[in-house]
Amino acid sequence: MGKEQMSPETQAKYDELEQFIASKGNKEHELIAILHKAQGIFGYLPEDVQRFIAKRLNVPVSKVFGVVSFYSFFTMKKTGKYVIRVCLGTACFVRGSEKILNEFSEKLGIQPGNTTADGLYTLETVRCVGACGLAPVIQVNGKTYGNATVQSVGQILEEYK
Amino acid sequence: MALEKINSYEEFLAYCKEHSHSLDIKKGVKGIGEETHLISICSSSGCHASLSQEVYDEFDKYIKENKLEKKIKLSITGCFGFCEKGPIVKIFPEDTFYIQVKPEDAPRIVDNLVKGDKPLLDKLYVNPADNKPIVKQDDIPFYKKQKRIALRDCGLINPESLEEYVANKGFAGLANVLFKYSSDEAIEILKNSGLRGRGGAGFPTWKKWDIARKVPGDEKYVVCNADEGDPGAFMDRSIMEGDPFSVLEGMIIAAKIIQANKGVIYIRAEYPLAVERLEKAIYILREHGLLGDNIMGSGMSFDIEIKYGAGAFVCGEETALIASVEGGRGEPTVKPPFPAQSGLFKKPTNVNNVETYDNVPFIFANGAEAFNCIGTEKSKGTKVFALAGKINNVGLVEVPMGTTLREIIYDIGGGIKNGKAFKAVQTGGPSGGCIPASFIDTPIDYDNLVSIGSMMGSGGMIVMDEDNCMVNIAKFYLSFTVDESCGKCTPCRVGNKRLYEILEKITNGEGTLEDLDQLESLGTIIKDTALCGLGQSSPNPVLSTLKYFREEYIAHVTEKLCPAKECKALARYSIDPKICIGCDICAKKCPVEAISKTDQQAKNPKLFIHVIDDHKCIRCGTCAMHCPVKAISL
Ligand SMILES: Cc1cc2nc3c(=O)[nH]c(=O)nc-3n(C[C@H](O)[C@H](O)[C@H](O)COP(=O)(O)O)c2cc1C
Ligand code: FES
Repeated sequence: MGKEQMSPETQAKYDELEQFIASKGNKEHELIAILHKAQGIFGYLPEDVQRFIAKRLNVPVSKVFGVVSFYSFFTMKKTGKYVIRVCLGTACFVRGSEKILNEFSEKLGIQPGNTTADGLYTLETVRCVGACGLAPVIQVNGKTYGNATVQSVGQILEEYK
Repeated sequence: MALEKINSYEEFLAYCKEHSHSLDIKKGVKGIGEETHLISICSSSGCHASLSQEVYDEFDKYIKENKLEKKIKLSITGCFGFCEKGPIVKIFPEDTFYIQVKPEDAPRIVDNLVKGDKPLLDKLYVNPADNKPIVKQDDIPFYKKQKRIALRDCGLINPESLEEYVANKGFAGLANVLFKYSSDEAIEILKNSGLRGRGGAGFPTWKKWDIARKVPGDEKYVVCNADEGDPGAFMDRSIMEGDPFSVLEGMIIAAKIIQANKGVIYIRAEYPLAVERLEKAIYILREHGLLGDNIMGSGMSFDIEIKYGAGAFVCGEETALIASVEGGRGEPTVKPPFPAQSGLFKKPTNVNNVETYDNVPFIFANGAEAFNCIGTEKSKGTKVFALAGKINNVGLVEVPMGTTLREIIYDIGGGIKNGKAFKAVQTGGPSGGCIPASFIDTPIDYDNLVSIGSMMGSGGMIVMDEDNCMVNIAKFYLSFTVDESCGKCTPCRVGNKRLYEILEKITNGEGTLEDLDQLESLGTIIKDTALCGLGQSSPNPVLSTLKYFREEYIAHVTEKLCPAKECKALARYSIDPKICIGCDICAKKCPVEAISKTDQQAKNPKLFIHVIDDHKCIRCGTCAMHCPVKAISL
């Protein structure tokens, strides 16, 4: 798979993944744990990475792809520098998180699930992050903002530039 | 202190004795040694998001700066349940309950303790009923009607301290099962307790274990379902974060009774803190000889591994969960065979929910009667609910089975936010239904909830007020189901999509009366024909709202009106001519030029009042948002 032309950084990433897979005994039933690790290393799961994993586990690529596409946690698209996740869990929904999502969508000019052209922001939705007491909730790169309002959308975007 | 392995029942008793005073200060008794006070800070996800870590750090810094480490101890604890008012800080032995503590409050609180002054008034909870501040947790109305069994340790112990867990009767249950009871006796106790599964369906736990123990096999699994897929529910997360040892102890007891040697906790990837706590607890138990080979010197061997989910609701269903643990797509399979016969890696497997396991140590430590004296005839014990939505006290509550909705919503939950009218409560998540206000005095238990068209589910309880449109809520749940259907069976994959489309038509103002009948008949067919519990219950939100809020559906289709004013397409924006100042901002902001000025003069005679052309309006709400005098509304 053209490993020779890889940059040293990419090579290091593959090495880290390879080690992890070996630590799991190259077992097929560890696939989900391996994909979590791979997404942690690469930020997303491009086709090459899926092929790499399939080879190491000695399973068809279709099996790996089938699992990646089944679970919403896994993504095959590269994400932006800042990942904004708006909670659409029930607690947040009944407290108006849909309006907040629309506001982000409008301000960034993208639909949920996409990344802005400058590669800065990715807009995603999640179903409950477990902070329902603070609904509506949004997260930016893992940091949680509670009691969000349509007005706070602009302020939050100001923080991440 | 060096870690000691517990090698026998006697050594366990000695360990208990040695640490029996660990919780003294929290029980109002004098602290150990020079300790005069203990500051306990909630470190669960809710308070974490409200910056409880920063609060902790600030306390730590100030205590060290003032060389008070020996006198004033600092500790973390699990969820108090009062998440809306976080971060929560408790002071022992006084039992002072501070809410919404900020990092800058830390020095004030410590100084106050050193001086021995009265509690800081501005950090106490104020009872809205009489505007009086309340000092102690137990005096706060939110806690008065609660009964804590599953949450017995949450907010009390430090979740990373085995000493404190043991001081509150931890591992006494396991010791009894290992050294006192035969497995027949243990099953009998569980049967007497009346414990039913807390994951949704309420299957008697003893029966499940009895089947699993009678299936032959030298390799068996105990699985803990920590997928908690109901969005808006956070009971299991709070239990795992606040009392991880209890969940593990429950699993070990199950393993002993059904003779399993391996355990798996299947947990959502969205719960990093719970994973961290469980990992730490597993490590501590292995070090103490309470997990791994030869547990407590009894000869029993059992170990537990954590497996991650990856964001698929259907993986909460036990057969799908098993497929996912095996590394595949989480698609459910037809039962039988049940997991007890052929489960994980085709071995006999017992699957229970987090809260179910969490109740088990209590039962074996305190006896079946301590549990079955609480609750209704067929539903014993307590249930933890995640109370959320349009309610004043959002949080985690645990009540005896049989408590009414009124008690939960008004006495514990403090009523509806902003004085609005209560409209409905949704239980059971995407599989449950909406319960209207007329059932507010129904005692909550498994069977009553089913009889009024909903279900217990895992314990999510979402309160809705007059501003929530029930058609829109049904559509919300359906969009969830459509997203989460694994696609294996047609009724669920296609049927739910059709249901969703009809709901979308209705909320867009294009529905007909025939559509309502269509919803009903299609919903019933899906329930009868879907493969797994997901599809079999997915029409419930639609069917229950249709049953109890039909007039709202009818308003949408015949009058093209959304009574709750939530459905955008049916909204009519208008400008109040009495308020409009003619500034023209709305007209400039309108993306489709639907706003124009009339010839009617505004206050300033040079400016003119504006109107919206409803045919052009796309109901984006931009004008209302930008109007400086709030003249535009629905
Ligand atoms: C679609 C679907 C989702 C479910 N999600 C969960 C869940 O998130 N957590 C859970 O404990 N049980 C869930 N269940 C129930 C499990 O299948 C199973 O009944 C439960 O884990 C058994 O444990 P219990 O007997 O302790 O309740 C779900 C069931 C279905 C059909
Ligand atoms: S529903 Fe949004 S955090 Fe739970």
